[in-house]
Amino acid sequence: MPPIARVRHLAAIAVASVTALALTACGARTGEETENAAATVDTSGDTIKVGLLNSLSGTMAISEVTVRDALLLAIEEINADGGVLGKQIEPISEDGASDWPTFAEKSEKLIQQDQVAAVFGCWTSASRKAVLPVFEQNGSLLFYPVQYEGLEQSPNIFYTGATTNQQIVPALDYLVEQGVESLYLVGSDYVFPRTANRIIRAYAEEHGIEISGEDYAPLGSTEFSTIANKVERSGADAVFNTLNGDSNVSFFSEYAATGLTAETMPVLSVSIAEEEVNSIGAENLAGQLTSWNYYQTTEGAANEAFVAAYQERYGADRPTSDPMEAAYTSVHLWAAMVEEAGSFEVADVRAAADGITFEAPEGTVTVDGETQHIFKTNRIGEIGADGLITEVWSSEEPIRPDPYLREYDWAEGLS
Amino acid sequence: MTVILSQSFTGVSIGAVLLLIALGLSLTFGQMGVINMAHGEFIMAGAYTVYVVQQSVEAPGTSLLLALPVAFLVAGAMGVLLEWLLIRRLYTRPLDTLLVTWGVSLMLQQLARDIFGAPNVHTRAPSWLSGRITLIGGEHPLTLAHSRLFILALALAAVLALTLTLRLTSLGRRMRAVVQHRELAEASGIATGQVDRITFFIGSGLAGLAGVALTLVGPIGPTMGTNIIIDAFLVIVVGGIGQLRGAVIAAFALGVLQAVMEYSTTVSLARVVVLVAIVAFLQWRPQGIYTLRTRSLA
Repeated sequence: MPPIARVRHLAAIAVASVTALALTACGARTGEETENAAATVDTSGDTIKVGLLNSLSGTMAISEVTVRDALLLAIEEINADGGVLGKQIEPISEDGASDWPTFAEKSEKLIQQDQVAAVFGCWTSASRKAVLPVFEQNGSLLFYPVQYEGLEQSPNIFYTGATTNQQIVPALDYLVEQGVESLYLVGSDYVFPRTANRIIRAYAEEHGIEISGEDYAPLGSTEFSTIANKVERSGADAVFNTLNGDSNVSFFSEYAATGLTAETMPVLSVSIAEEEVNSIGAENLAGQLTSWNYYQTTEGAANEAFVAAYQERYGADRPTSDPMEAAYTSVHLWAAMVEEAGSFEVADVRAAADGITFEAPEGTVTVDGETQHIFKTNRIGEIGADGLITEVWSSEEPIRPDPYLREYDWAEGLS
Repeated sequence: MTVILSQSFTGVSIGAVLLLIALGLSLTFGQMGVINMAHGEFIMAGAYTVYVVQQSVEAPGTSLLLALPVAFLVAGAMGVLLEWLLIRRLYTRPLDTLLVTWGVSLMLQQLARDIFGAPNVHTRAPSWLSGRITLIGGEHPLTLAHSRLFILALALAAVLALTLTLRLTSLGRRMRAVVQHRELAEASGIATGQVDRITFFIGSGLAGLAGVALTLVGPIGPTMGTNIIIDAFLVIVVGGIGQLRGAVIAAFALGVLQAVMEYSTTVSLARVVVLVAIVAFLQWRPQGIYTLRTRSLA
């Protein structure tokens, strides 16, 4: 074949593949037409099925596999304690494969085919946004364990991770307290970082912080030399990092290669926890800051028991992290709601949710029935050379969830 | 001033990665007319080789250097196997090679998932690659990361070795003869089948080297090859198919364009600009930077 024709062929093939991809994405969006129908929960057997929906492959697997493991641990604990309403919990695990249409497809399968009582999982906001219509149309329940950008409230989702006023706002307060006057924003290019940075910009305007720059890299991107150069030249006081998944590995090694350190320009991250610290390499991270509600080092008997049980089950070298703790807590909260309701039906469980408490590893958490979020304590941590994160500041009291930031004047017009 | 210099170096270092990947692809695609979609998985095999070698050789520096020849052999052997099992039956049907090798690439990805697990793995970089050289001091110093220099050196060494092999050795002469006129070469007593296999071995081996270099840039996962193979195809199409000179120029040009655009705009916008630039360039010069008049290599 002559070379020009071959190039044309290649172009035609490229166009065909892109079209095929676009068609798959569209296909996944057509959900069931049964609007607001009550979910059918299969309560016929001796066991009660629940769905676990996490990315077990792809760029998010580094984070989400640990969440799945924590969910399984909670289920085993509850089963050992006699189960829920006398039934043993039977987990059905599905792989979302770091791909949002796949998440939608698998959640539909769990709800309609397996008739699960509730689904636990999702990590990225993009995956949550993809499954949300499926849960709303089928009237089913999702327990979402990761901190997110807020500005959302669905009757079909319980949010057990932090919303912005429990993670990002206290982190900004902390940076202001440390004398930070200019910030550089680095994030992955999707819904959470973009929304988080809109909130940060509104906060910065109110508090007189200069935003020196804002950059996004595609999810899964490993090329960060230019962004590191831009950050270095900006002369900002600190970096606010909303990168997700494996990109952090490349970002922090490039950051260190540019000669930047925690002393010259600290990075505050809201999406890397103990598990990621180990993969990124503590040597590139020592001294950098994080904002979460839980660390492996958080004090308390409940956490000691949780860490011991987790490490006994999965190995002494496996750290625990905030999203894992929130996932573990979410299963226990669901079980408590079901016991309170005396029923597995979604409507009954939701009605019983307000005020349900659990002695979680992060401290006592309480469900806020109105927002379906939970009260959480914020903790700013510093990453140590050993890969563990230690608390350097805490909000002391659990913070009331405020997903739409209604209590903050500067946040007006964001939602 | 240092902005331009430091961004140019960033571009060159991105280009070096692209070049390493495109080099082997250029050899098999350009010389043999085989669109090898599994090339990305040979890169992945090279990257996992570093991981495996590091399991038994503790010192990161030694294991990295040891992994270079091992990755070349592993990826090369996979290439030969692929050529011998499937591709040699399809030399007259280039579009079928695309489908077949795409299937093979999916199988190899699943194989990697089964062997190493779905989550990405990471390797330790040797300490002598974590430092950097300061070229210009001052408020915004121009520094070059050792790891990037290592990748650049590896890419240039691979280009040099490949060029010398093609130009100076009898194997290179046989390879060029087969490319220029397969029937005549065969009539002159060259075992063309054997030459094909060796060419495929070298091309795939280079993918293995690229995989080793990529472990210094990011994590290792089953899909790492697919993420990067598109860029490599762009490089060889822009460079002129089967033209090593073209691939070298295109890799560095695309790298620098990407880096400069990223600096002045954003990552996503830079991507769009680069793709539009490529489309515009191919409208003007569909054959790429170098014309493929004689189908000669190097």
